[in-house]
Amino acid sequence: MQRIIKITVLIIFLFIIGVFFISLDKDTNYNTKNLIGKNISKINLEYFNEKKFYTEEDLKKNNYTLVNFWASWCAPCRNEHPLLLKLSKEKNLKLLGVNFKDKKNQAKIFLKDLGNPYDFLAKDEFGKQSINFGIYGIPESILLNNNLKVLQKFVGPLTLKDYNLIIEIIN
Amino acid sequence: MLSNLGNLLLFLSIFLSFAIIYASYKSLRLSGKLIPRIIYQISTLQSTLIIICFFTLIAAFIISDFSLITVYQNSHTLKPVFYKIAGTWGNHEGSLLLWVIILTIFSFLFLVFNKNHPKPFRLITLIIQNILIIGFLFFILFNSNPFSVLLPVPKEGLGLNPILQDPALAIHPPLLYIGFVGSSIYFSAAISSLITNYSQTSFVHSIKNWVLISWSFQTLGILVGSIWAYYELGWGGFWFWDPVENASLLPWFAMTALFHSLIVFEKRNLFYFWVIILCLLTFILSVTGTFLVRSGILNSVHTFASDPARGIYILLFLSLMVFISIFLLFKKYKIENYNLNANSKETFILVNNWFMMFYLITVLLGTIYPIFIDALMGNQISVGPPFYNTVILPAVVIFLFFMSIGPRVKWIKSHFENIKIYLLILAGSIVINFLISFLLKSYSVLSNLIIISAIFLIISSLQDAVKYYRKNRINLSQTISHTAFGFLVLFIGLNHIFSIEKDYNIKLGETKKFNNYSIKFQNLELENYSNYKAIIGELIIKDVKTEKKNILRPEIRIYNNPQTLTYEASIRTSILKDYYLTMSNIDRSDYYNIKFQKKPLMIWIWISVIMIAFGGFLRLLKNAKNN
Repeated sequence: MQRIIKITVLIIFLFIIGVFFISLDKDTNYNTKNLIGKNISKINLEYFNEKKFYTEEDLKKNNYTLVNFWASWCAPCRNEHPLLLKLSKEKNLKLLGVNFKDKKNQAKIFLKDLGNPYDFLAKDEFGKQSINFGIYGIPESILLNNNLKVLQKFVGPLTLKDYNLIIEIIN
Repeated sequence: MLSNLGNLLLFLSIFLSFAIIYASYKSLRLSGKLIPRIIYQISTLQSTLIIICFFTLIAAFIISDFSLITVYQNSHTLKPVFYKIAGTWGNHEGSLLLWVIILTIFSFLFLVFNKNHPKPFRLITLIIQNILIIGFLFFILFNSNPFSVLLPVPKEGLGLNPILQDPALAIHPPLLYIGFVGSSIYFSAAISSLITNYSQTSFVHSIKNWVLISWSFQTLGILVGSIWAYYELGWGGFWFWDPVENASLLPWFAMTALFHSLIVFEKRNLFYFWVIILCLLTFILSVTGTFLVRSGILNSVHTFASDPARGIYILLFLSLMVFISIFLLFKKYKIENYNLNANSKETFILVNNWFMMFYLITVLLGTIYPIFIDALMGNQISVGPPFYNTVILPAVVIFLFFMSIGPRVKWIKSHFENIKIYLLILAGSIVINFLISFLLKSYSVLSNLIIISAIFLIISSLQDAVKYYRKNRINLSQTISHTAFGFLVLFIGLNHIFSIEKDYNIKLGETKKFNNYSIKFQNLELENYSNYKAIIGELIIKDVKTEKKNILRPEIRIYNNPQTLTYEASIRTSILKDYYLTMSNIDRSDYYNIKFQKKPLMIWIWISVIMIAFGGFLRLLKNAKNN
């Protein structure tokens, strides 16, 4: 009898902890990983400095485009910045920076302090345009080819591994 | 600079913990009865260092050293100094540091204040405490380091989430952590007791006060969290059966069961293994709570940032604790024969424990059930107040009757001699209850039963107090806590029945009438403050009967850092009732949505809980005097 109780107790605890382990891997957040492989259709991003818009046609001219969503108030954006600067040297790749829910002045100071890696600079003051790219937090980056197909999506700051992956794809 | 100092102090603390473990281990193998001075010295040094480490972080917050990521993400130069300091533990990393500090200081105090107990018991407790300290320090250093550096250094911080800028929330984490971490002491002591076979009743003396300390602080911590939710979250309630609230309630049930069982163990040398199980369970539940809210499995205001790596670490730690506990318990467990008389204090306390376990299991099930369903079947569900109310409330009625009778039952064997008095009190309670329902015109079976049982408890506790006061044997702390608990249930019941809630869309100058009240939207102002702008409405609530007017000023606040909109409820508290008013704007319209609530006896709910905790502190004081 005692043995049965002991085994039952043990099984219950194992079960609970097991479920906790499984739950850890489950992403309860809204996730847009399945965007990979799909084509982006609507692009209507306002220039950072002028009242003009980037459209699909502009991006189709590039072999590869990395769309990077950033803001001056975002700490991890600072971490990934050196990698973006390195990427900006690649000939096959154009960088489109989308300044996300930011103040213009502070964004300028950010780029002045840390350097400007972007070939094109757009802004999304209210975060509405970014919805089309499935952005729910920044930094996020999306690698597009000239058909505007999403090749890779990087949620969170770019890492060295991500950097190597991008280099591999574009070359 | 501060970062290096902080990291250095953390490393030193780890080193000192290893030193304590080593010294204790060596001392265990020697025969002497005294613990060597060196252990006291290392422990003192460790506590000092860890306190300095915490002050280093506070200093970084005060001088706004944004080279630390934690400071950058949670502070801002324009924030008032009080909230800069409170911001230290208002985030994941800082609060973990607070956790370790309390853990270290408590281990030190345990070492110093338990000189009458056998050396091996004290040393092994100390070793286990230090293993826990090392575990948490490693977690801090390698996963959640508050001293991580951010380069290049930003010029301005992101600011603390405005809803966390509240005095109640500034003291909420420390109070709750004293409760949570206090339970680590009797966790370690229980394991040590199993290992060293220290199962005499004197074992109780080593942990009794710790249980009281953690229970009293836990009670206050839960209260402060509720008060914050009531004032700040703007939906007018104070308890929502939110998973995070439940996480703080679970250890509370275990603690309550524990210190009642301790009384039996101390007096009658019964329930030793049950006491041990509760000791282990309390801390395990505390860590489980931490795991649930920190791993991101549950989303809430306490999920500062979800990070699976963080979850795995805590979970591994938790599993280790659970399996070591189970292993030791199984190895040492012996069947105890109770032979209890049905009408004896022991039985009544055992009944208390059953109820606590029933509540615990109910709340635990409700909290983790959605996780299980999601993990095993992929459906997302949530368990809400209806579940808890249906399962728990009926049990509360019976529980309150047992709680009324329990304290006057004698040890070993008692007689039902005063059944007349019970019937008298019961009759009185029923009369009072129907007076209330008749005068205030409201009726529902369950709420009436709850109110009757609550009044029953209050009257019997007070009658006990009077009776024992004459014999000069009054148990003041028990009387206060029990009476206050009766009042708490009574006030919650009355509050629930007699609350009024009205929702309106209203324009400037308009007046709305309902029941005996009228609300007039008098004025609207825009004001600028140092860190936010506020749209302040002025509404006049008039009680038609008494012609009494109250002016309420709900606000819509627009914070700059970080940019957020918050709705500040305007609350007018008085002895008998609270008026509670929130206002929100409606896009592209002159109308504002207002929600008016009349909540009776709110302040008495808070006072009851304070009195419950006060009973605990009083007992603590008495224990300290007796020693």
